[in-house]
Amino acid sequence: MSAPIPPPSPSDEIHSEPFLRSLMRRQLCLSVSCAATFLVVLLGLPLLNYFFPAFMATRVAGFTLTWLILGVLFFPFVWVISFFFIKRSIALEDEEVKSVNQNRR
Amino acid sequence: MSNLFLPLAFLGGVDPWIFAFSFVTVAVTIGMGFWSATKSKTASDFFVAGRSVSVGWNASAISGEYLSAASFMGIAGMVMASGYDVLWYPVCYACGYLFLLLFIAGPLRRFGAYTIPDFAEGRYDSPLFRKIAVCFVLFIGFVYTMPQMKGAGTTLAYIFKSVNLRGGPLAFLAPHSATGEALAGFPYWAGVALVGAVITLNVALGGMKGITLVQAVQYWVKMFAISVPVFVLMAVFGFYNGQLGANMASGESSVPAPMAERKPLVEKAPADTAWIAPFGPLTTKAVKAAAATLPASEQKKFLDEHQKPYSLLYTYSLIIALVCGTAGLPHILVRFYTNPDGVAAKRTTMWVMILIGVFYVFPPVFGALGRNLMPELYSGVGAKGTDKVVLELPTLLGAKFGVLGSILSGITCAGAFAAFMSTFSGLLVSMTGAFAHDVYGRMLKPTATPAERLRMFKIAAVVIGAIAVLLGAQVEQLQINFMVNQAFAIAASSYFPLLFMSVWWRGMTMTGAAVGMLGGGLCALACTGTIILGDIGKVDLASFWAAHPLARILIEQPAIWTMPLAIFLMIAVSKATAASVPADIRMKMLVLHAPEQLGLKQEYIQEHAAGTGH
Repeated sequence: MSAPIPPPSPSDEIHSEPFLRSLMRRQLCLSVSCAATFLVVLLGLPLLNYFFPAFMATRVAGFTLTWLILGVLFFPFVWVISFFFIKRSIALEDEEVKSVNQNRR
Repeated sequence: MSNLFLPLAFLGGVDPWIFAFSFVTVAVTIGMGFWSATKSKTASDFFVAGRSVSVGWNASAISGEYLSAASFMGIAGMVMASGYDVLWYPVCYACGYLFLLLFIAGPLRRFGAYTIPDFAEGRYDSPLFRKIAVCFVLFIGFVYTMPQMKGAGTTLAYIFKSVNLRGGPLAFLAPHSATGEALAGFPYWAGVALVGAVITLNVALGGMKGITLVQAVQYWVKMFAISVPVFVLMAVFGFYNGQLGANMASGESSVPAPMAERKPLVEKAPADTAWIAPFGPLTTKAVKAAAATLPASEQKKFLDEHQKPYSLLYTYSLIIALVCGTAGLPHILVRFYTNPDGVAAKRTTMWVMILIGVFYVFPPVFGALGRNLMPELYSGVGAKGTDKVVLELPTLLGAKFGVLGSILSGITCAGAFAAFMSTFSGLLVSMTGAFAHDVYGRMLKPTATPAERLRMFKIAAVVIGAIAVLLGAQVEQLQINFMVNQAFAIAASSYFPLLFMSVWWRGMTMTGAAVGMLGGGLCALACTGTIILGDIGKVDLASFWAAHPLARILIEQPAIWTMPLAIFLMIAVSKATAASVPADIRMKMLVLHAPEQLGLKQEYIQEHAAGTGH
């Protein structure tokens, strides 16, 4: 392997440690909160089935409640989360680019 | 060549519609593959070509490659066999993309590595690590090809079920009963060999290089082939809710809801209460088998204590394997680079989730319809079991509407061909590429010329295709969907922890990543091997499983412990070898996370070119 490359001269704010930290933290924050919403429902459904079997077996137009949730309603729920995430993350990136360009000026 | 067409002489009893639809699908797919292959010769052509493609086409292509025989045939068959618990499969197959979108897709695309081995090498500056990462392309690939082969064998056995090979020049092909007597019909292994040979030849000759257009069209073929027959069947026999209404949950004497007519269940079918409710036959199988060996007086106590907790454990492990596994499938991640930029990549992912989500509503409908209308499939084994419900169910329409049943059955057969052909050729291309490019080109003979590598690609395609056929011929008894689940478990314990940790934790070292990936991945692989060998009867483990139901569950669904094991090993070993964190880690992290508009990627490449001569 060749010798490690020295980090470029910190002439620019984007190469600084605080910039990277805030960048990763903001993106991870958004991802984790979206993932948490998803996981609460995904991992909570087996628990509901486990502790409230009679309630989850209630008939809703022929479906049992739990079948309706998992077999049909779960898909649109995930679409909503992904739509929200994409909107927020694109906005986040735009903000970052804007703030860097302002500081460069 | 004329020998290939000899079987045509025996086609007397084959439904012409079913045969025609299937044949046209195969011919058109191969034709389009070659037509597109002449337009884009090299790997970079393929990637760049993708960039001129809109988000819609790209999303269709990713979905087309993803929906395999497991999605098209396996889910329906397994829902019919085991009921509610199987719904986790379609849901997690679709929702795994959310994890991919949230944590991996964006950073990986910015990094500009085309494959996971590329990423592994770039992130850790280590060609050695690349070689380790390549092995898992092959491991996951082989496990993933087995169910595709079972799909092929099942479909051909269905299409040619009335063929009579006895007494002709092909008599040796005829399937034999347990007593050695020749039977009518087409043998499972011959279907596997035929489809495997056709696709392998196609890949070796240069067609079907996973071209965007072919895969995109395949998605719409599959979508059409699953949805149209479902709507026609539901219009005739009663809608989804009515079909489920015909099955009583526990404690119900009658259902206050629409009910469809149904045929009486056969002896082998699970009871209504177990089928429609959570924690049914799929997740309680191990505990039931263990209870059956106990004296009758202890059985009830044992079941009460263990049945539900163990099936909850099974459910969670299945969820982890499928959700995390989707985010670590090598042949899917590659496709994200066909997007022009990060925004398009994210939009594409969302459209993929919508396209496959809509698709995944339909297979369980087939399962519910099959349970009520074609319960005789419960008695069949192997290629004659519930895995063929998607293919056979539309023929029920034949009694009322004549030829319509055959046409719809032909359409679902065409969809099945599209499903296993697209996934098998995609896998074959990525495995052959990994072997020819990395194993041969970098390890065995680094000095090979491009011509030698091309020759090696062809040889490797034939060898890997042959191995896939041999493996596929062994697994007739296993459910298609279950085998795909095993491939996902391996991906969830190897590539997913690698990608997730490498992207978000700068303290990862090459040693940590390698130890974690090998530890988790090889454990999952060993579990898969044990289960498959036991279930196809090569090794007799039945008494061991009966004595240790918990071990059975943790080995059948290993992700719940192998995935955390991989992450734990990565953290522990990386901490111990913290001195070897790559020196330019801050720059690497910036490239992974900073928006592309800042132009860091370009800067990084220039530095690398100037600094190290890469």
